Amino acid sequence: MALNVGCAARPGKARKNKTGSWRVFRPVFESEQCTKCGMCALVCPEGCVIETEEGEFVPDYEYCKGCGICAEVCPKKGIRMEQEEK
Amino acid sequence: MRELRIHGRGGQGSVTAAELIAVAAFESGVYSQAFPAFGVERRGAPVQAFVRFSDSKIRLRSQVYEPDYVIVQDSTLIKDVNVFQGLKKGGIAIINTEKAPDNLPEDVRVLTLDATKIALEVLGVPITNTTLIGAFAAASGEIELDALEKALRQRFAGSLADKNVAASRRAYDGIGGGA
Amino acid sequence: MLQITEGSHAVAEIAKFCRPQVVAAYPITPQTHIVEALADMVANCELDAEYITVESEFSALSACLGASAAGSRVYSATTSQGLALMFEVCFNVAGMRQPIVMSIVNRSLGAPLSIWNDQQDSISLRDSGWLQFYAEDNQEATDLHMIAYKVAEDHDVLLPAFVCFDGFILSHTYEPVDMPSQEEVDAYLPAFTPYHRLDAKDPISMGMYATPDYYMEFRYELERAMQRSIDVIKRAGAEFAEQFGRDYSALVESYRLDDAEIAFIAMGSICGTVKDAIDEMRDAGKKVGLAKIRTYRPFPTEELTRALAGVSTVAVLDKNISLGSGGAVGTEVKAMLAGSGITVLDYIIALGGRDVRKRDIAAIVDLADKGVGDMFYGLRTEVL
Repeated sequence: MALNVGCAARPGKARKNKTGSWRVFRPVFESEQCTKCGMCALVCPEGCVIETEEGEFVPDYEYCKGCGICAEVCPKKGIRMEQEEK
Repeated sequence: MRELRIHGRGGQGSVTAAELIAVAAFESGVYSQAFPAFGVERRGAPVQAFVRFSDSKIRLRSQVYEPDYVIVQDSTLIKDVNVFQGLKKGGIAIINTEKAPDNLPEDVRVLTLDATKIALEVLGVPITNTTLIGAFAAASGEIELDALEKALRQRFAGSLADKNVAASRRAYDGIGGGA
Repeated sequence: MLQITEGSHAVAEIAKFCRPQVVAAYPITPQTHIVEALADMVANCELDAEYITVESEFSALSACLGASAAGSRVYSATTSQGLALMFEVCFNVAGMRQPIVMSIVNRSLGAPLSIWNDQQDSISLRDSGWLQFYAEDNQEATDLHMIAYKVAEDHDVLLPAFVCFDGFILSHTYEPVDMPSQEEVDAYLPAFTPYHRLDAKDPISMGMYATPDYYMEFRYELERAMQRSIDVIKRAGAEFAEQFGRDYSALVESYRLDDAEIAFIAMGSICGTVKDAIDEMRDAGKKVGLAKIRTYRPFPTEELTRALAGVSTVAVLDKNISLGSGGAVGTEVKAMLAGSGITVLDYIIALGGRDVRKRDIAAIVDLADKGVGDMFYGLRTEVL
């Protein structure tokens, strides 16, 4: 691959860097408790909690680093942090 | 001269581990050198740190390519990084994992322990560096347990020091150090 | 006392022992640990100094200049883009003859952004009138700060000084350093005696306007001070050797140069790896040696010429590039050895943190043997 003049780059490079393997803990969303308030999606620093067409909130495990902020803010305590098997 | 390479992820304390091992080695009476390979400094990104041990002053400044020892803080790294690269014949690899990984290289000694479990139980956080140093001390004989305790107490204060000493001891005993 | 410590902390500790009265600096990777440690020392009353927090490197060195002009011993530290931002003030500090000592934790310059090591930053200020010392290891980085103050403040010199040591490779490395005590440093480095200083009761101005009738003479005086500093450095190094047993009385350190056919010239931490590689090559019967430049400004022309007498080829390792010309050190060595019959080959190496191994040093000897040089060494041609 040739170098771009002036070290220039197009956006989107971070998408290729799948950060899901960084997790020690995985957030498990328990949908029966979810009131669809959307706080989890709002606070996720990776922007990887996605609202589905049905209005459900689901994490994208390909990018989720397991920081646990979603579980911390969930007003219904409906997100569990489970240790990843390694 | 003997060399150690530590693989971890940003935030797991790999650089601190290298520094603690170097301090403990110095306190055990040898020359030591610890330094990081800084990459993207983000929590979770793969990082490396290195330690050299020698009976005379160390001048070499290159990174470590043919280590005598490897510590792997997070077994998921094995998928992304060739953690065994260059590991010498008869060398020792210490891996933090619940179960022994597949496709291990031949001619090296692989020791596995669930350092995350020990760290969670003793420290209350999944930071495994001081636990793995205990295992390294036992497996390699490069650092003495007393010197390690001294290094830990220099770095951490009060009950945090006690907990880290306890975590490293538990791993040390688990590997069969001093036996 | 021999202790194991991080390079940055050793430098912060020795800076403290040199008793600066004013510290002004702006944090920047990989210099940050030094100024964090000094800020702690001032806050904890371990160091009786004024720590001036500033909003940029330009302000940091400007504050240092004012404090030095008012008669204080002053310390600062920076690197890379931070040093670039100080460019203008650097020339003013030298022109006003203020003996400020500043640690340069060598790092490459952007763009592209790189936090890693080479020596482009300090080398780019080679014409500014600052003395420039380069350290091979953290012991030398520590010791050179004491020597730098002693030389800079000597009334025969009165020039500011950079103490350069390689970012990350030294600054973030833990290794044993024999750290002197406060009493030992006091015995070596007396309190600062300013040549003159700003004083409201006896006012003077510094760095005034010079018309074409005077400007050149002021520059000539700066050059003369640089040349006089050579003897002062040797003397300060000899006094250091007498007190501490580590000898820095030479501006150039010769390593296995007797009977050498190929000599390396290098500065900074790469010299350690070069020495280890030389030992291995010597064991294999290859006659190689190293002339390590400890003092880049003033350039040690006389010592270097003497050290290289008898070699047939010189391989200069430049961790910088003067774009459009070649490596800065190589260019100077070529001028110095013109007409001597010695072949000088320049190798641009280790830019932006590219790692250097012993086998790279051996490979350069093979290239030098064939007369191949004046090139970038270790390029990844597959990305070009």
